[in-house]
Amino acid sequence: MSSISRDDVARLAQLARIDLSDVELDRLAGQLTAIVDAVAQVSQVATPDVPATSHPVPLTNVFRADEVRPPLGQEAALAAAPAAEGGRFRVPQIMGEEP
Amino acid sequence: MTGLIGRTAADLAQALASREISSREATQAHLDRIAAVDGPVHAFLQVDAEGALAAADAVDARRAAGEQLPTLAGVPVAVKDVLVTKGLPTTAGSRILQGWLPPYDATVVSRLRAAGLPILGKTNMDEFAMGSSTEHSGYGPTHNPWDLDRIPGGSGGGSAAALASFEAPLSIGSDTGGSIRQPAAVTGTVGVKPTYGGVSRYGVIALASSLDQVGPCARTVLDTALLHEVIGGHDPADSTSLDEPMPDVVDAARLGATGDLTGVRVGVVRELSGEGYQPGVSARFAESLELLRAAGADIVEVSCPNFPYALAAYYLILPSEASSNLAKFDAMRYGLRVDDGASTVERVMGATRAVGFGDEVKRRIILGTYALSAGYYDAYYGSAQKVRTLIQRDFDTAFAQVDVLVSPTAPTTAFKLGEKLDDPLAMYLNDVATIPANLAGVPGMSLPSGLAEDGLPVGFQILAPARADDRLYRVGAALEKALESRWGGPLLARIPTLTEVAR
Repeated sequence: MSSISRDDVARLAQLARIDLSDVELDRLAGQLTAIVDAVAQVSQVATPDVPATSHPVPLTNVFRADEVRPPLGQEAALAAAPAAEGGRFRVPQIMGEEP
Repeated sequence: MTGLIGRTAADLAQALASREISSREATQAHLDRIAAVDGPVHAFLQVDAEGALAAADAVDARRAAGEQLPTLAGVPVAVKDVLVTKGLPTTAGSRILQGWLPPYDATVVSRLRAAGLPILGKTNMDEFAMGSSTEHSGYGPTHNPWDLDRIPGGSGGGSAAALASFEAPLSIGSDTGGSIRQPAAVTGTVGVKPTYGGVSRYGVIALASSLDQVGPCARTVLDTALLHEVIGGHDPADSTSLDEPMPDVVDAARLGATGDLTGVRVGVVRELSGEGYQPGVSARFAESLELLRAAGADIVEVSCPNFPYALAAYYLILPSEASSNLAKFDAMRYGLRVDDGASTVERVMGATRAVGFGDEVKRRIILGTYALSAGYYDAYYGSAQKVRTLIQRDFDTAFAQVDVLVSPTAPTTAFKLGEKLDDPLAMYLNDVATIPANLAGVPGMSLPSGLAEDGLPVGFQILAPARADDRLYRVGAALEKALESRWGGPLLARIPTLTEVAR
C-alpha cells in the first residue's frame, strides 16, 4: 500500500495544526507507513455490497422540549480562558500580515 | 487485605446502613491508604480529601437524621480523569489541560454525588484515553500493584490500579477499545463496558464518539453491578443515550451468585484464541470454561470470521474521530496557550498543540487526518465503516446461537513498562479481543480467571447482545463464585503486599 513520506506528514501536521520537529517528522513517517500498511487490510473484506455503519446503535434525531434554561454564565465560561477581556475571549491576531 | 479498605463495596454499604461504621471512617481509611501507597503506584492524578470527607460527613448526617439513602451512599469512589468534575482539576491525562477547572459536572459524576458516593479523586490514564498501558499519560505512568515494574493496562490503568491496591473499592472507567476491560484483566479486577448509550457520555472528554462508553469498575461482580445501577440509565443531555429502562444488573449478579447456569448457552469465539495468546492465558481460559460447564452452561464454539479485521478498522475509525474531537483544543477558550506575543492564531495553535500533546496523541491525530483526507477517505475510513457492519453481522449471527460470547480479555498478562513504547503496532495488539464489542456497541465484562505461569492475573471476557448487560453479570457472578471456591477466596488475596510509607 501507500507509504507516507516525510513531506506527507508535514502537510498533515499543518492541517492538524501541530508543529512537529524534524525528529518527529522522520519518526512519524516510518511509524505511520507501518500502521497504514497494517490497517489497509480492511479493504480485503470491504466489498461494494457491504453498507457502511457509522454508529453502533441506530438512532433517529433527538429533540428536547423548547424550554428556556439557564446557560453557563459568562464568568464561568471565561474562567479558564488563557486570556479574556471585556467579557470576551481574547485571541491572537487572526490573519497574518500580507507578504 | 484486612480492615475497612479490604472490604467490598457491598459489605461497606451494609456496614454503613447498619451504622456499624461511618462514611467518614470508610473514606478516611481509603485516603490514608492512598497517602501510604500511591507514591509508587501513581493511580491518582488528583486526590480530593477535603471534598471526599465533606461528602462523607453529609451522608453521615443524613443517615443520623434517619433518612433512607441509596444503597452505596457513603461508599467512596475514584473517577477516571476523563470525566469532568466541577471545581476539581480535570486533565484527561494531557498536559494541554493541566490545571483546568471544569465549570460543570459530567452526568455520571452528578449521579455519584446524588447517590452519596464521596469522590476520592481523579485517576491516571493514557492521554485522552489513547493507549493500553497508561505510559502515554502526560503525568507519568501508573504502576501495576501486582508488580510495580509492569503496566496496569490502559487507558484506565489508574482506575484499575486504585482497586487492586485497595485505594478505592469502586472506580469509574471509560472504554473505547478495551480501556476498562484490559486494565481489569491485568490487575485482577472486574470492569464492565456497558451497551453503547447505556451510560451517559455528557461531560466525558470525547475520544471517539461512536465508540466511547463509560462504565463501572470494582473488585467483585456484585460491586460492579451496584455501581452500574448508580451511573446507568437515560440522560436527556446525551442524545446518544438510550431512552429505555436498563436491565436489572444487580438482580442478575445475585442470580448468578447462586452458581446455577443451567440452560445458558456460552459461545467460545474461535477467532479470539490460539496464536498470539500466552499459554497461561489460554490455560486459565480453558479452566474457566470447564467451571461454566460444571455450573450447567452449554459450551459451543462459534465463528466470527470478520473479527480479525476489527483491529484494523478500529485504528482507522478511532484516529479519524479523535482527530476531529481533539480539534477543540485550540488554545483559545480553555487549556494551555503557547504564545510568543506576536503570533497569529494559527501559529499559536500549532505551537500549543506541539507542546500540549504527547507522542501517541500526535500520532493518532495525524493518522486520522490522513484517513479522512481527500483521495483516501473511501479506501480507509469508508472501508473501516463497512468492516464495522461485518462485525455487527458476526455478532448477530453468533447471538442467534448463544446467549453470551467468551474469550480471554487480553492476549497476554501485564508486560513491563517501556517494553512496547517504541512499537505502536505491538501496543495496539493488546486490544485485539476487546475492540469488536466497541465497534458493535455490545456490552462486555472482564473478570479475573486466575494467575498465569508468570504469577500475573489473567482476565476472562464475557460479551452479550446490546441491551442485555444483565447477562454479563449473571454469567460473571457464577464464574466468580466457582473460581473463588476453588481458590479459597478472591484472587486479590494473593497480591504481593505493597510497602506503606510512614505517615
